[in-house]
Amino acid sequence: MSILVFAESSEGKFKKVALEVTSYGKKLAETLQTNLVVVTAFTENTEVLSKYGAEKILIGNSDALKTSDASIWADFIAAAAQKENADIIIIDASANGAFVAPLVAAKLQAGFTSNVVDLPVSTSPFIVKRNAFSTKAFNNTEIKTAKKVIGLAKNSFGLFENPVQSTVEDFSPELKAGKIKRTSIDKTTDEVTIADAEIIVAGGRGLKSGDNWGMIEDLAEVLGAAKACSKPVSDLGWRPHSEHVGQTGKQAAVNLYFAIGISGAIQHLAGVNASKVKVVINTDEEAPFFKAAEYGIVGDAFEIVPKLVEKLKAFKAENG
Amino acid sequence: MKILVCISSVPDTTSKINFTDNNTKFDTDGIQFVINPHDEYSLTRAMWFKEKQGASLTVVSVGNQSVESTLRKALAIGADDAIRVNAEATDGYFVAQQLAEVVKNGNYDLVIAGRESIDYNGGMVPGMLSSLLDYNFVNAVTGIEISDNKASLTREIDGGKEVLETVLPLVVGSQKGIVKETELRIPNMRGIMMARKKPLNVVEPISVEPTTEVKSFEKPEVKSACKIVESVDELIDLLHNEAKVI
Ligand SMILES: Cc1cc2nc3c(=O)[nH]c(=O)nc-3n(C[C@H](O)[C@H](O)[C@H](O)COP(=O)(O)OP(=O)(O)OC[C@H]3O[C@@H](n4cnc5c(N)ncnc54)[C@H](O)[C@@H]3O)c2cc1C
Ligand SMILES: Nc1ncnc2c1ncn2[C@@H]1O[C@H](COP(=O)(O)O)[C@@H](O)[C@H]1O
Repeated sequence: MSILVFAESSEGKFKKVALEVTSYGKKLAETLQTNLVVVTAFTENTEVLSKYGAEKILIGNSDALKTSDASIWADFIAAAAQKENADIIIIDASANGAFVAPLVAAKLQAGFTSNVVDLPVSTSPFIVKRNAFSTKAFNNTEIKTAKKVIGLAKNSFGLFENPVQSTVEDFSPELKAGKIKRTSIDKTTDEVTIADAEIIVAGGRGLKSGDNWGMIEDLAEVLGAAKACSKPVSDLGWRPHSEHVGQTGKQAAVNLYFAIGISGAIQHLAGVNASKVKVVINTDEEAPFFKAAEYGIVGDAFEIVPKLVEKLKAFKAENG
Repeated sequence: MKILVCISSVPDTTSKINFTDNNTKFDTDGIQFVINPHDEYSLTRAMWFKEKQGASLTVVSVGNQSVESTLRKALAIGADDAIRVNAEATDGYFVAQQLAEVVKNGNYDLVIAGRESIDYNGGMVPGMLSSLLDYNFVNAVTGIEISDNKASLTREIDGGKEVLETVLPLVVGSQKGIVKETELRIPNMRGIMMARKKPLNVVEPISVEPTTEVKSFEKPEVKSACKIVESVDELIDLLHNEAKVI
């Protein structure tokens, strides 16, 4: 038996989530005294996978994989699992990871748990801890089947270097043609996205208008952060839906989360609580967000945020 | 076109989450159950296909009798009929198997489920369902248009969106954005009266071995009190030296 990790490459490179699943896979392989195999496609830059512990690397190159049809990717990953006799398959929680993971599980008739936040609580029976109730709680779930698919929650496990010598193989199983065609794509290129972010700067209705987002952008820029917003802000059209975080929006599990002019309604907190350090800036000292945050400033965002941007620029200049 | 919207009945979004029986059961005491928000958006979008394109619209939920009030609400919003699969929804794979049976028996060509339920957060039912049915599948959908048997879908990706084309039969994992917030419908008195007369068919489950089982629950650790700081200098200092995040 072995452990298989699917590491998604993007323009030939690996994002942090891919290295996080690799780190997780390696630790799990050590616990179970087995090998880690990483399957990926369209890349030659595999050194970084070796650095995080991939003993064997399978690289797909077939044209059939140039598709937005996740079921073809699921066939590819399932074929790798079969070839390597992998009992545990680990997939990240990126948009594509979340798309493909349940399909892999169904194809392999494997038990699947998403949102897993740590190494198994126990390996026999196999029990993992996962987020539930939109991060208001965890549940410990047993996977009962011989084959198991684990969806790893973003930014929950961390990165652990574990350099090994890897064997690299071309892996091109027979694949069907996809039935889903992409007609257009619209991707912000030079900005940090919520999916990749370590830091998020979020603004709420307290900012009064979408026209006031300049200071949020400035703060995000100096911190190298992604921008986010509360639900009403996206409903009002001040910001795009893709920036909405919370129970009905994206999950924000980052190292540092700034909530500016956000009251901290339970539905908002539900999606951002898993962030490690939360900072709140709010005029109302009774705002519920203060109960959920690590640090807070009571005051007017329109005064504080520009000052913060200025001081952070100076701080960055000094500390690199 | 025959549309099936899958409805998960979940605790209202303001619910405080507690557990009983030595942290092995969700405490439903005082909890109000509602249509999973993503499913409510799906249902609203499906109503458009019903009203503008003459589609039929069925809603389905896998659950015990308690989910019937949630299904009645979906009927009051405008679904034609409802199906309840009479079983505890113990596991996403189990639910997907039950739903697959319903889809096969009803020959639905468009099945809309939510990207995830806000209680279990599995994000697994729509994908697994598509696999079991061998239907096309697109996840994280924020826009859908259908003409004849062609579907054009907007899908959210990390840091952007893409437009995809495929054909029916199709399973969609849909999410907020698929309709505008202002398009959501609050059932009116007439809708509620009519819902009482609409069919709500109860079917028995097929037998499926569970693949996973929730053993226990935990709540996050209670965090220490928030440090209120007076100046941005102090904040930067704490973030750098104490929290070590910048
Ligand atoms: C089914 C459902 C799902 C939901 N899902 C989500 C979700 O996923 N995400 C989400 O965010 N919400 C969600 N909500 C909405 C949620 O209940 C709140 O309405 C929302 O989070 C409030 O947004 P807000 O904090 O930006 O606005 P408000 O509650 O209006 O808060 C604005 C805050 O700004 C402060 N403020 C005002 N002026 C200033 C100033 N000059 N400087 C600093 N602070 C100032 C005020 O004191 C106040 O605390 C959901 C609601 C429902 C019913
Ligand atoms: N018990 C259920 N009955 C019907 N549909 C369900 C049920 N549970 C989940 N679903 C559907 O699957 C979606 C995703 O749920 P989940 O995989 O549990 O996160 C939900 O938004 C529903 O559309």
